[in-house]
Amino acid sequence: MNQPGMSLIVKNTTRLITGFIAVFGIYIALTGHISPGGGFAGGVILASAVVLVVLAFGRDVAARLVTEPQCHAWDAAGAMGFLAVALLGYLVGGFFWNFLPTGRLGHLYSGGMIPVANLAILVKVGAGLAGAFVALALFHRTTQRREI
Amino acid sequence: MGMEYLIAALIAFMFVAALIAVEAKDLLSSVISLGAAGFALSVIDLLLGAPDLAITQVVVEVVALVLLVRVVLTRTDTSVTAPRDALRTAAVLLAGGVLLVAAFVAVGGAGGDGAMPPFGQPRLSDPAAAPVQPVSADYLAKAPDETGAANAVMAILLDYRAYDTLGEATVIFVSILGLYAILRHVGRTSGAAGAAKGGPAP
Repeated sequence: MNQPGMSLIVKNTTRLITGFIAVFGIYIALTGHISPGGGFAGGVILASAVVLVVLAFGRDVAARLVTEPQCHAWDAAGAMGFLAVALLGYLVGGFFWNFLPTGRLGHLYSGGMIPVANLAILVKVGAGLAGAFVALALFHRTTQRREI
Repeated sequence: MGMEYLIAALIAFMFVAALIAVEAKDLLSSVISLGAAGFALSVIDLLLGAPDLAITQVVVEVVALVLLVRVVLTRTDTSVTAPRDALRTAAVLLAGGVLLVAAFVAVGGAGGDGAMPPFGQPRLSDPAAAPVQPVSADYLAKAPDETGAANAVMAILLDYRAYDTLGEATVIFVSILGLYAILRHVGRTSGAAGAAKGGPAP
């Protein structure tokens, strides 16, 4: 527990893999309207990359990379973005109306506002879960420090 | 036809795993049993043809399991010190009773109208058998034209029923805010970081 993080093998594997996990999460969210997946699953995958970094490198290194105020800001930005997508529907007629052109079925640029809403949910869920995990890790450190 | 027995076996596996999770004396075995139940549920989702749900279930299960194992492993004492035997037995009996009532209704014991439709023929997609006008057939027929999304699940979640999704997003947002509030309070009243800010603890 005194040594920060896990062994060298775990750290190097984490360096190699974390980027791919994050890209896969974004891919799952952005292609949610043409294949299984969606913003929620993609956001959780993105947060799991942060969880991997926190577990492998220890709390202190990870707390410099992903700080709690950043997570608060992105979490709130995602939530407000989803609400903005809902409110922009008033341009066409009402709450949550599809205000963008639907495009060609099966292509990436299709579905109107659905990919935009997926992107907002991706940011919201990813930042929220990552921030919760970082907050739990820091909380554990403060309680341990108080006991010692 | 064989699919039903496979799903029934998986549900039995989930039931046993949940019972072990409740009854285990060790917190680590309890957490691992809970994870086994969740993964069995994701396999059921996959067998029933719901890959969206299966992906979400697996991913959430992995993150929750890692988080819980981490929490359990960093605790010094992982044994349950005070087993509340009467409360736990009552909870298990109550869950068993609810399951029995659900099974009784599902096989049509309380009259023919409560019977479960045959496997693979959900009642909502059958216009003749539905008591109300079904909407899922309309969704499946009109979603590609009206929303342009090839994945009908996303078309329903983020277009037809987007209001529900907004509610779910609000629930997650508020619960994470509550988590921050709880952790912030403890962190501020103890340690050197809280004293540097100089804020009085409420």
